[in-house]
Amino acid sequence: MNLLKKLKDTLQATRQKLGGQLLNIFSSHQKIDDELFDELEEALISADVGLDTTQAIMSSLREKVRKTAGTSGDPQIVKDLLVDVIAEIITPPVSFEKPRLDHKPSVILVVGVNGSGKTTTIAKLADYYQRQEQRVLLAAADTFRAAAAEQLLAWGDRVGVQVIRQQSGADPAAVAFDALQSARARQFDLLIIDTAGRLHNKTNLMQELAKITRVLKKQDPEAPHEVFLVLDGTTGQNAVQQAKVFQEICGVTGIIIAKLDGTAKGGAVLAICRELHLPLRFIGTGEKLEDLEEFDPLTYAKALFEIDETPV
Amino acid sequence: MFDQLTQRFEKFFRQLRGQGSITDENIRESMREVRRILLEADVNLKVVKDFITGVQDKAQGQDVLRSITPGQQVIKIIYDELVNVLGGGNRKLDLSGLPPVVVMIVGLQGSGKTTFNAKLGLRLRRNGRFPLLVAADVYRPAAIEQLQQLGRQLDLPVWAPGILDPVSICKDGLAEARRTGRDVVLLDTAGRLHIDTGMMAELSRIREAIHPAEILYVADGMAGQDAVRAAQEFLERLDFTGVVLTKLDGDAKGGAALSIRSVTGRPIVYIGTGEKPDALEEFHPDRMASRILGMGDIVSLVEKAQENVDQEQAERLAQKIAKQEFSLEDFLEQLRQIRKMGPLDQLIGMIPGIGRQFKDMKIDENEMERTEAIICSMTQQERRKPHIINGSRRKRIARGSGTNVQDVNQLLKQYEQLRTMMRQMTKFKGHPGKLPKFPFPLN
Repeated sequence: MNLLKKLKDTLQATRQKLGGQLLNIFSSHQKIDDELFDELEEALISADVGLDTTQAIMSSLREKVRKTAGTSGDPQIVKDLLVDVIAEIITPPVSFEKPRLDHKPSVILVVGVNGSGKTTTIAKLADYYQRQEQRVLLAAADTFRAAAAEQLLAWGDRVGVQVIRQQSGADPAAVAFDALQSARARQFDLLIIDTAGRLHNKTNLMQELAKITRVLKKQDPEAPHEVFLVLDGTTGQNAVQQAKVFQEICGVTGIIIAKLDGTAKGGAVLAICRELHLPLRFIGTGEKLEDLEEFDPLTYAKALFEIDETPV
Repeated sequence: MFDQLTQRFEKFFRQLRGQGSITDENIRESMREVRRILLEADVNLKVVKDFITGVQDKAQGQDVLRSITPGQQVIKIIYDELVNVLGGGNRKLDLSGLPPVVVMIVGLQGSGKTTFNAKLGLRLRRNGRFPLLVAADVYRPAAIEQLQQLGRQLDLPVWAPGILDPVSICKDGLAEARRTGRDVVLLDTAGRLHIDTGMMAELSRIREAIHPAEILYVADGMAGQDAVRAAQEFLERLDFTGVVLTKLDGDAKGGAALSIRSVTGRPIVYIGTGEKPDALEEFHPDRMASRILGMGDIVSLVEKAQENVDQEQAERLAQKIAKQEFSLEDFLEQLRQIRKMGPLDQLIGMIPGIGRQFKDMKIDENEMERTEAIICSMTQQERRKPHIINGSRRKRIARGSGTNVQDVNQLLKQYEQLRTMMRQMTKFKGHPGKLPKFPFPLN
């Protein structure tokens, strides 16, 4: 019951941003021993990092510790080394340093499974890019789910951007095509396309996504310039599979993790970064428009060990 | 659903079966493997530890070592323990109170509450109840509109008064149900984080104002380690009565089922298995455990068939086959019955022993649609007497169905093969009653 109690305690009035369990581990240990490593391992697993990635992290951590600290040193050294190891994993390859959004108009296609937070994220993105003086147009290519377009329209009103939509049940590729045409004709800087949530193992629905990208390329061979996959931060190891399949079908170029304002830590992204070398672009931390943070590997790696004391 | 977990267990069991006798060392090693399997399936770390302790205690008992097939013995222990953790028996919603009975639906954002609300409404109506859906999510843009649209699609009444206070909406909804003679009220509440004190308090207020008979916690079947925390917090604040697990038509391993069930002690009542309004199934721990262990889920399959196949029609068909009068019309009927049962790949996944082999087989639903279109483009006479379909008729049928002549030819050929097969069956077996459920090849 020890772990249960620990979970409950950590839930108290403090909001934990990315988890404070690890920090406790470092302060509760006097020296570097197997127990410390075991607890670290469990903490990583509890953060959804996944078994393989956890083991990879642990073995390179042990290696680093052996080289620098020996076994009798200060556990705080281990903490710094762990930050290094994790930052290494999530630092994107050089070719991915910035999103490629220098076209006019640039096109961002936003994809993901059902309920991961796509539409809310799009509203935040629209707001984010608008604040950077970009003229943004949204396209409601989720023509399947009841009231999906209405949801995007409501957000569009709030952000103050236009939304291109068609009637429910229309071909999403046609919506995307029309929207791009319109964005080009009316000289928008950025077109963000919302798509219907789909589970990655539904072949036909995934083909529909492939069709959207094909159709966009007819107008602009380089579109979509960015394909953002929105992952639910509370999702477990399935997130890796989602990322793999979406990348294969529609060439995902970046990951956005939504819903990181809860107690989940979204550790599955470590596995995704390690296996797929995809860059993390943004983190969604709430329901308000400004609750979108640009992702920075070092900050994230450090944040894994820090408690945010802001009361809810 | 649960496919990958099943696969891993299968592999592990094959290794276990190969061993003549099991030593303590074997058991320890196999438990490490079980731990790995369960953790990768997103089962919560603590739950995994409990599970393993349970299995290990039993496995180290004498009966295992003395039994002739220790490997199978361990498999049985794991199976039993899995059923145990998943919840023993199965439980149905208790809607026996004084109508209108209220079911309150709660959960995190994006877990699938609104979709489940509509699915449950549809299911209850099919069971002879008169549900009223209440749209109490005033926060997410267009959430009310979503429920209204679903209500229109399914012809279910939706209470959406256009006021902003969820507690009042629910109260008014209950009054509305009384006024209009509705006997079940389904409250669709807004998604919220378990640590959002204000929002959680709002749920408590609704609960105190309405006294729901059931509170269902909707959880995402793909959820990870944190699933237990959210569930626990909702349990503490609301004391929910049951769990609904959604999105299990994906390939997530679904460890959240084990986690939530064992930490909250609340039964899983339904599982969501698709985006269509009828993609809702009752949860059966034993079946789920069999499925996890690679024994398939034949019971669900049979139930699905019973739910959707018209018994009389099936009888008539059987007789026709016996008399060798199976026409293209019957073929079409059969095709439609099977499609009613749901996506084919899901059906196949449930057949024991087959699921795994066909895991990567992509079944082309379009192919079935094409077949349907082709038959629908034939005249009645042509369907009954396919031999009259000559070259020019074939061209017409192809045009009519938006296919080409080759497709029509292929269909006719398949149909001919099927007839031959049936003829042989009735000839040799002499048991016209025993006919296959799927009389055409699934290519």
